[in-house]
Amino acid sequence: MEYILIIISAVFVNNILLSQFLGVCPFLGVSNKVSTAAGMSGAVTFVMAVATLVTYLLQYYVLIPLGIEFMQTVTFIVVIASLVQMVEIIMKKVSPALYQALGIFLPLITTNCAVLGVAILVVSKEFTFGGDPHMLNMAQAVVFAIANALGFGLAMILFAGLREQLELANVPKEFKGTPIALITAGILALAFMGFAGLV
Amino acid sequence: MSKLSLITRGILKENPIFVLFLGMCPTLGTTTSAINGLGMGLATTFVLIMSNIVISSIAGLIPSKVRIPSYIVVIAAFVTILQLLMQAYTPGLYETLGLFIPLIVVNCIVLGRAEAFASKNNITDSALDGIGIGLGFTLGLTVLGAVRELLGSASLFGIKLIDGDGMLVFVLAPGAFIALGYLLVLFNKLKTRIS
Repeated sequence: MEYILIIISAVFVNNILLSQFLGVCPFLGVSNKVSTAAGMSGAVTFVMAVATLVTYLLQYYVLIPLGIEFMQTVTFIVVIASLVQMVEIIMKKVSPALYQALGIFLPLITTNCAVLGVAILVVSKEFTFGGDPHMLNMAQAVVFAIANALGFGLAMILFAGLREQLELANVPKEFKGTPIALITAGILALAFMGFAGLV
Repeated sequence: MSKLSLITRGILKENPIFVLFLGMCPTLGTTTSAINGLGMGLATTFVLIMSNIVISSIAGLIPSKVRIPSYIVVIAAFVTILQLLMQAYTPGLYETLGLFIPLIVVNCIVLGRAEAFASKNNITDSALDGIGIGLGFTLGLTVLGAVRELLGSASLFGIKLIDGDGMLVFVLAPGAFIALGYLLVLFNKLKTRIS
């Protein structure tokens, strides 16, 4: 039950892109085609799950026991950057097909604030899934990360579909490109607000 | 290029928000009011100036293969300093901006200036470039924050201008996208009229 609540909350109610504004750069940058949006979402899901697991372990078994929580930002970003690099190397060796599909997105993910954002959120915020406010345990943290990545993917793919149609639409000169994309994203965010209060 | 134009360039011609579309996450996430926008802008400006200065002075010593991770560590160090300073002196603002303060590390503007400008230019020019781009970013955030505050809660910089509630949607997430979209239209319109 708890896990279902986490997933519904992260995918629909508190969608990471449309209500928390994390990962807006790739949202605007690589959402011109549905296929690229899907590729980016796949890569983000993978990296976000692994990164959250590693940073969770670091926070509770290294930073807190040593009393150096203030090093959180520095440690997390270094871990994520090297993790992305490592995933790229392993993927190239083990599954060239997957690398072909996701490879070009991997370097972009280091500066995707959604990954660092979720890693910091799970170790710093109390959640109220199923009862009193509490910190997430390890399994919940990983589910939370994957659910957020799925929410990211859902918003990306919906938005890419809309933008593909927008290409053909006749919009005023000043609205062309990013402005109309932002306004469309606003309307999409309005639609997602309908889920508020669901959890 | 003259010293003055280094500063003005970041404000108008290469404005990070209205021209380059960089750093969109804090732009949308923190501008619920003009004060929050201003605070976030100044925080980013601090990191931008300091990291530009340090990176331009050590750029010659870093092998080019590991330059991006090295820049990220320098930036992360200044973000940590900023976090500690804000926790001590402006706890209220630190609380409101929340997650977006540590996320300055992954702000594309900061790393972008380090790579594109600071690593190739001298310390003075890099510092001026940091000031210019930082002010441009702050200006954009404050304008967007002011528009959202005005429409969303009928006040400006916390001062109530009109009695009543305003349109709540502009304080919430969808309003951020829509307000920035229309501001960009306005900016484009002004730009074509001038040139």
